[in-house]
Amino acid sequence: MARETPAGDLRLADLTKRFGVFTAVDDLSLTIEQGSFFALLGASGCGKTTTLRMIAGLEEPTSGQVLLGDTDIARLRPYKRPVNTVFQSYALFPHLDIFENVAFGLRRRGIRSVDDEVARMLSLVQLDGYGSRRPAQLSGGQQQRVALARALINRPQVLLLDEPLGALDLKLRRQMQIELKRIQTEVGITFVHVTHDQEEAMTMADTVAVMNAGRIEQLGAPADIYEFPATAFVANFLGQSNLLAGEATGASGGDVALTAHGTRFSVPAGRSRADHGPVHLGVRPEKLILVGSADQVPAGHQHVTGVVTDASYVGVSTQYLLRTGWGTELSVFAANSGTSTPVAVGSEAVAYWDPRHAFLLPRDAADTDRTSPVLDEPVGASS
Amino acid sequence: MTLLAPTRAGHPPPAPPAARSGRRRLLPYLLLLPGAAWLLIFFGVPLVQLAAASLYDPSGSLSTGYAMTWAVSNYPDVLQAYWPQFLRSFGYAGLALVLALLLGYPLAYAIAQKAGRWKNLLLVCVVAPMFTSFLVRTLAWKTILSDNGALVGLLRDVHLLAPDGRLLATPFAVVLGLTYNFLPFLVLPLYASLERLDPRLLEAATDLYASPVQAFRRVTLPLSMPGLVAGTLLFFIPASGDYINAELLGTPNEYMIGNVIDSAFLVRLDYPQGAALSFLLMAAILAVVFGYLRRAGTEEVL
Repeated sequence: MARETPAGDLRLADLTKRFGVFTAVDDLSLTIEQGSFFALLGASGCGKTTTLRMIAGLEEPTSGQVLLGDTDIARLRPYKRPVNTVFQSYALFPHLDIFENVAFGLRRRGIRSVDDEVARMLSLVQLDGYGSRRPAQLSGGQQQRVALARALINRPQVLLLDEPLGALDLKLRRQMQIELKRIQTEVGITFVHVTHDQEEAMTMADTVAVMNAGRIEQLGAPADIYEFPATAFVANFLGQSNLLAGEATGASGGDVALTAHGTRFSVPAGRSRADHGPVHLGVRPEKLILVGSADQVPAGHQHVTGVVTDASYVGVSTQYLLRTGWGTELSVFAANSGTSTPVAVGSEAVAYWDPRHAFLLPRDAADTDRTSPVLDEPVGASS
Repeated sequence: MTLLAPTRAGHPPPAPPAARSGRRRLLPYLLLLPGAAWLLIFFGVPLVQLAAASLYDPSGSLSTGYAMTWAVSNYPDVLQAYWPQFLRSFGYAGLALVLALLLGYPLAYAIAQKAGRWKNLLLVCVVAPMFTSFLVRTLAWKTILSDNGALVGLLRDVHLLAPDGRLLATPFAVVLGLTYNFLPFLVLPLYASLERLDPRLLEAATDLYASPVQAFRRVTLPLSMPGLVAGTLLFFIPASGDYINAELLGTPNEYMIGNVIDSAFLVRLDYPQGAALSFLLMAAILAVVFGYLRRAGTEEVL
């Protein structure tokens, strides 16, 4: 029944969900290509899980459509949709063994001979021979894979993953990320993955949509979003950015000129999302290079001067805080590649960057410098 | 009954130091002592006494005294004399159980899963009638169902009852009384089971193509089995031995085995007969319970 509907892209059209006066998902429209690995990334309460639940049919949209191919499935009951979910809590049936958990969907659709298919699925998730165990006898990672097999066996058109790796420890999570990606490539089903972990989203997804307050802030390939974020929120939710408040004075000769804290800077027009009025000049911490004095800055680069207030050695890099003359602390990540000399805390230093690595974002007039990442879950819970 | 029990026993505690191990090993038995003593004095001894009485010479009486003659024939005799009451007991109790399940399962489910902040209030409502005595509640039903009562009047007016039809003193009244009086014993264990049911499992079931009916049959029902088994036993056992409902709401035509035992001991003073009946009832209930537990316990809940 479910497989007969025409295949195609998953399209959300003007999807809105309100709980009382609270708008969880606000007029959301996006297209998810068939066969892609799509990640909805956002902080808790941004509406990403609600969006997922509307696709699954566990939540009814206040308005808008969920289109699968040309069919609007927004008002179909969940058991009539060719969509399956891997739940955050896994929600394995405790009274059934692993075999029956995996066979559940097939049996409900009246398929009699399920043995081969279940065995194939269990081996896909590397749980051969676990069929007769109960969920409680399995570790978190194994349960997670059962949940995946239980959903995949139905060959849904879209597989929804609701923070499926949230309960796993870091090492297992990395392993499962690679695993999930392998399986997705193998089965070619559209995966829609909801997560608050930006690293997870970037590792796995072809396309990432960053959600904030029920809306999509930016959608694109992970590298594109990271290198050229659309908003200050994205710049600091996906990784970390140094955003300096400035005033753009217009484009000339392929560059947009701006003044920030009394200094003139420029950004290539192609990396500017605004060319006049209040702007944020953004540079990623790893694009900043720390040197002792201004005459070490190569030609064509721009720089700010300050005092190093903190240096944290984290193995692959050393993370510095540079307090500028106007009091903002910039983050600078210096790779420990052995080519740069460490900078002592308390010393004067200059951070320079290539303007082609900077980006320019429109800014609310009241907004000031923003340099700290958007912290979502308690630090320990995310990577 | 052990569906939700942990699948592995906990690790044994590390071996205690030798000096204290003796006391530690005794402690569980010491804790058992008061309960065991109670059971022995007030259940074990009377049970033996009753077993003995059931084998007394049936021709004896309270005034002439009883002789122990190992009169095993007491059993076939009482069974022959009172088998209709036996059948009626189990028939009425079974019927009341079906009614109670139809009422109680949805009620327990609603309280456990849907009541939200009204949960505690609704639970109190289920238990509150127990604050009045069993007798008073049954007498209240007698008033409600009485021939001059509003209910009978209404049913006669809408011709659901014949002009001389009645509710009181019918099998209907007895079954109704049993259903009402023992309903909380069914609802409470069921509630406890359903309260633990994770609603996300139902979401997962619907996500995996289970219609609401299938989700109930494949997930809700098996996961509520422990409560269902406990509740049906707690309902059925006292209901099949009950005599108050038949006495107050029925006539001798509705008498159950409890009424016969009651009269054997307290009216006819025929102790051997009363004791034999009691043992037969106990055996019958045990047989039913074991048969039921075997089925409910080992049945693959699929």
